[in-house]
Amino acid sequence: MLKIADKIFSSRLFTGTGKFSSALEMEAALLASGSELVTVALKRVDLNAGDDDILKHLKHAHINLLPNTSGVRNAKEAVFAAQMAREALETNWVKLEIHPDPKYLMPDPIETLKATEELAKLGFIVLPYVHADPVLCKRLEDAGTSAVMPLGSPIGSNKGLKTIDFLEIIIAQSKVPVIVDAGIGAPSDAAKAMEIGADAVLVNTAIAVAGNPGLMAGAFKMAVMAGRMAFEARLGKVSAGMQALGSSPLTSFLD
Amino acid sequence: MGSFNDIFKACSWEETSNSIYAKTSADVERALAWGTAKRTLEDFKALLSPAAAPYLEQMAEISRQLTLKRFGRVLQMYVPLYLSNECNNICTYCGFSYDNKVRRKTLSPIEIMQEVAAIKEMGFDHVLLVTGEASQSVHTAYFKQVLELIRPHFAQISMEVQPLDLADYEELRPYGLNTVLVYQETYHQEDYKKHHPRGKKSNFLYRLETPDRLGQAGIHKIGLGVLIGLEDWRTDSFFTALHLDYLEKTYWQSKYSISFPRLRPFSGGLEPKVAMSDRELVQLICAYRLFNEEVELSISTRESQVFRDNIIKLGITAMSAGSKTNPGGYVVEPASLEQFEISDERSAKEIAAMLAQQGYEAVWKDWDNSLV
Repeated sequence: MLKIADKIFSSRLFTGTGKFSSALEMEAALLASGSELVTVALKRVDLNAGDDDILKHLKHAHINLLPNTSGVRNAKEAVFAAQMAREALETNWVKLEIHPDPKYLMPDPIETLKATEELAKLGFIVLPYVHADPVLCKRLEDAGTSAVMPLGSPIGSNKGLKTIDFLEIIIAQSKVPVIVDAGIGAPSDAAKAMEIGADAVLVNTAIAVAGNPGLMAGAFKMAVMAGRMAFEARLGKVSAGMQALGSSPLTSFLD
Repeated sequence: MGSFNDIFKACSWEETSNSIYAKTSADVERALAWGTAKRTLEDFKALLSPAAAPYLEQMAEISRQLTLKRFGRVLQMYVPLYLSNECNNICTYCGFSYDNKVRRKTLSPIEIMQEVAAIKEMGFDHVLLVTGEASQSVHTAYFKQVLELIRPHFAQISMEVQPLDLADYEELRPYGLNTVLVYQETYHQEDYKKHHPRGKKSNFLYRLETPDRLGQAGIHKIGLGVLIGLEDWRTDSFFTALHLDYLEKTYWQSKYSISFPRLRPFSGGLEPKVAMSDRELVQLICAYRLFNEEVELSISTRESQVFRDNIIKLGITAMSAGSKTNPGGYVVEPASLEQFEISDERSAKEIAAMLAQQGYEAVWKDWDNSLV
């Protein structure tokens, strides 16, 4: 079980709603994934229309909405977007995405920190999308974040865990849940992230653009479970720890 | 804001102890053969358990490699400067205890400078200021005066005095206070009371939360430890590691060090309740290194020459040398009351030569107060 703020999740696979060929396909894939936290881009939904095509397919008892601020370029815009989402979607959860760069969608660390500080003070449950930067993640914790979402590789790239060394540091020193976001391209990437101790992963592109999104969502579901089980079972790496002993024992002075 | 006590009060001493002593060789082998994740507190329990004893050489080899990787072939050198043996506490194990009827002394500014000159002559640039707890004579104003006086002469100033309030630490930091050591002595709350029946030190919780106050004050380095011999060292060391783990994650901009003071003879002394052999101390040092690759591990002159010569390759990163544990001990009043007897009496130069012979460099300066 995973706890973020005051919510308990039995699934550690979080999903997104972009890039599907239809809302129906999206709904089928999300149900197959077992995901209980689904991020939805504010810029894509019509907050005023009660029958928004994306939102109406997400109306399932077990699905919690996580509005994201994708599209905003600074802290001020992010705070405004979060307040808008709180009012329209009746949730104080927000996935903070601030990327002034429209090409690679790299998260802006300075504006993200500023926005996190402000949103936390306003009572939001903030889940910021960030580069795999261990110091930034600690600064975000101090600012009151409820989780951190470091990227595995560039968003939408399906390149996997290119930042694994930094993810390991973030996981080792974090006091809040670590959700690996962006870049996860295959179930094996998700399993690997879980094996190194990530609390959850967020997957969108790899499911949405698969030949069969529903089947792929199921594959991710199982991969995340397997990765978590492997983490809990403690992976062994015998060669690293049980190396041969030197011919001059270090502890012979004790004899 | 929370404190370590929130975590501590959820842990039972007895259950923790039972869990350490129940560890098996399979648990130890699992802890040695670590995977991609950091070793856990459960691994640490296994590594300091009796079940790990047969694996000592393997632990030493891994500890040596991890220490070399992170710290290289260097040893940080420091020396204590005892400012005062006045103390209002009764501690069953300490020569400075209030009920120990000996002459008390607190160094004057002139005497401090005489001691500083002697310490500088020995080559040290890192000094550890030590006092008893006598708030009528050694208080924040006194510490401020001492820091002002000696700051021009040392690159790094550490302090091992009574726990202070957050505001005191905040006040002292700009005067060059770099490191504060505060040993819990024991995490066994009931027996802590027995060992500290009188004085401010009898407040277990105030002492337990001192590292929190240090972290909040932004002190650069925080030293932890227990007095080995008061209670079961394995259980006490687990609580130290638990404390370290919490602090590192909470006050992540501070550095941390662990010391391993074993109860030593002193005037009017207490026999250790629990003996710890040299072999067990090596096991503990290696267990810490395997659990935490970054923490600094320090060994004092309480330990013997042979032990210190051999331990430097097994995980230790800092050591004192040429130490006197009495106020004025270097030149002012060499015969005043010692806090405890030292074991390795070699001079700082002799220690540096020993290190060089083993392929290690003695580092005298590793900080600069102008950076504070």
